Amino acid sequence: MHSEIIKPKKKVRGGVAVSHEKHTKDMPVKRIPAPETVTLPMRQHIGAPCVPTVKVGDTVKVGQVVGDSDQYVSAPIHASVSGKVTAVKEVKLASGLVSQAVTIENDGEYTQFEYEVPKADTKEEFVKAVRASGLVGLGGAGFPTHVKLNIPKEKSVDTLIINAAECEPYITVDYRECIDNSWDVFNGVHLLKDMLGVRRVVIAVEDNKPDAIKILERIAEKEDTDDKIKVMPLKSKYPQGAEKMMVLSATGRKVPPGALPADVGCVVMNVASAAFISRYLKTGKPLVSRSLTVDGSAVVQPQNLRVPIGTEIDYIFKACGGFKAEPEKIVSGGPMMGMAIVDTHHPILKSNNALLAFTADDQSLKKETDCIHCGRCAKACPLFLMPTLIHRHAVARDVKKLERAGATVCMECGSCAYSCPAGKPLVQYMRHAKAVLREESQKK
Amino acid sequence: MSDTTIQKMLTVSASPHKRTGDTTRGIMLDVIIAMLPALVLSVILFGPRTLVVTLVSVVFCVLFEFLSRKAMKRENTIGDLSAVVTGMLLAFNLPSTMPIWMVIIGDAVAIIVVKQFFGGIGQNFVNPALVGRIVLMASFPVAISDYPAPFEWKIGAVDAVTTATPLAQFTGIYGAENIKTAINATDLPTLANMFFGVRGGCLGETCAAALLLGFLYLLIRRVISPTIPLVYIGTVAVIMLIAGKGNLMFVGYQLLAGGLLLGAIFMATDYTTSPVSFKGKIIYAVGCGVITSLIRIFGSLPEGVSFSIILMNILVPHIEHLTTPKPFGTVKQKKQKGEAK
Repeated sequence: MHSEIIKPKKKVRGGVAVSHEKHTKDMPVKRIPAPETVTLPMRQHIGAPCVPTVKVGDTVKVGQVVGDSDQYVSAPIHASVSGKVTAVKEVKLASGLVSQAVTIENDGEYTQFEYEVPKADTKEEFVKAVRASGLVGLGGAGFPTHVKLNIPKEKSVDTLIINAAECEPYITVDYRECIDNSWDVFNGVHLLKDMLGVRRVVIAVEDNKPDAIKILERIAEKEDTDDKIKVMPLKSKYPQGAEKMMVLSATGRKVPPGALPADVGCVVMNVASAAFISRYLKTGKPLVSRSLTVDGSAVVQPQNLRVPIGTEIDYIFKACGGFKAEPEKIVSGGPMMGMAIVDTHHPILKSNNALLAFTADDQSLKKETDCIHCGRCAKACPLFLMPTLIHRHAVARDVKKLERAGATVCMECGSCAYSCPAGKPLVQYMRHAKAVLREESQKK
Repeated sequence: MSDTTIQKMLTVSASPHKRTGDTTRGIMLDVIIAMLPALVLSVILFGPRTLVVTLVSVVFCVLFEFLSRKAMKRENTIGDLSAVVTGMLLAFNLPSTMPIWMVIIGDAVAIIVVKQFFGGIGQNFVNPALVGRIVLMASFPVAISDYPAPFEWKIGAVDAVTTATPLAQFTGIYGAENIKTAINATDLPTLANMFFGVRGGCLGETCAAALLLGFLYLLIRRVISPTIPLVYIGTVAVIMLIAGKGNLMFVGYQLLAGGLLLGAIFMATDYTTSPVSFKGKIIYAVGCGVITSLIRIFGSLPEGVSFSIILMNILVPHIEHLTTPKPFGTVKQKKQKGEAK
């Protein structure tokens, strides 16, 4: 019998060995009762924000569109509970951005919208259906999935990469998707394979999840008559799961700066997104809830939860037994790339895959001291950048040197700042460098 | 319902929210630990005065660091232990008989002039301890090359085994015959004695075994990468093999003698004054090896390690400029544009 396991074509350089902290890995995703109100911001994805399509006083059903946009790079937003629209107003998001939002008072009925099973026989219909589902990348970035799937004619894609690496510490929802919804993952993989017409499907997973590898191996051999689907275990090292790293491991190709994986013939899709597509095409029920990991030293009961989108963060922490000790820092997303939030009265968005609350002694804040030129940041960078050099050019506002040093190539994975013995906020420095480039280009 | 009230303001900072436990202080502490075996051996070989010289050097380096930071109204940085490392390294590069006041002058040059005048840790463009040594060498050439014989402190100068240092013997000799004569000279320590440090020399440089132990520790703790020491020593070995017309004894003496191991392991690997990239490290280490060998073979000085490292330190910014790796995917982009056309 042929093997379903393949080795990575190329090894990812650099990276850091971050403690995995996957405490919730054996906890199946639990549903919690929906909150009394949900707030659905119109800005939940990369691209154009949606415009509310309902007004105060309207009654909505679960899955009904409450916001949409006529822009291409955008995805509609659906009601996650049934009930009455009580407000359509601007709210502040956890990121600090301000967005229009629709607030719905939950009537507790969960009246479902009359879903229609979408037609997806042709590629055009498939892409249209994915857009209608409201799906955005569930791995954290929140890029509208239909844009990714609608590959322009001049580009040809031969490889589909299913990302189950989950290299961020703490987060285990993708792992749970593989274990608990393996049937959906299987269907999703086949659907995408057929729709994209790819030569090869690579399911990438870190080798700290042997159970997931076993299940994915079975998925890869089932009904795979032309032996296109392969599982690629990766060494557990952060940031294996980054898009560019996925493409490199699976195909040996390097995505050029500013380009997309499609430019080198790849589509990378999060495993939960793939599973969702297969569910959606069966039922027509759009994206109204998502799974997320709640963990961190301050949380009483760390667990994986499925929550309606728009649920307040505070409500979710309450459902996890509250805090053991007062948290010092709360992070939306993983500890490496997630965002520290100011308070917990913000809604959960489609792209939130984790909520972490850390106590004062577990927040890894370090006193910043002078750079000793040890080079650990450059060694850790999977993209061959030299963060301290870029920082120096940014302070000098030297556009030419910044461009040559690749300031815009940085994906802000945080490997440099993680490994810095001097405690330099290097990711912040990289963001500053990018801001300098933006400002200088606007001046011209 | 459970309690989720938060009274304090939450800390907000840029990602990542997890960081390594490594600190500058921890790294320096590792370097200090790695130097301890050589120090212990040195005390056994050259007596308690070794300890006095080392302690004075450390104390004054820390003091000068403290005072100059204070005078410049900058944050006190003695806690990072880098001054301790400099103090130890400088002492390691001096004979145990060095007059104390000269040691203090070396410390002042290293810390005040070379390190703090240029902005403190991470900013000096040459290795402070090495410049300290070179200034002392230029000012007090007799005192700095007055190597006591091993165990002289115990048994007295008359009974001591030997004071001949191989490098002094080898200076200015070419031809295979001459090398053989030099090696066969009766007062030359055996290679085994050289390995365990039973020879005259600066207090920290003689015991190869202890220095290699320190090297191993630094590698295990991932404080340094093996690239620079291996390439540096390798370059010297290759050149000496050619210069010695294939005489392996000669190569052995060259590698174990002088400050090569001390320099290659502890000085050339100084973060601040060595390149970051792998390619840069190779160029830098080969350069150190070539200059060391040239000074040893053709120079009037018996020893070239300090000068070679200092010279290559000065070239580091240029090496870095030449060897900065291209950002991920940039080479490919050009190719692809070509293909598209």
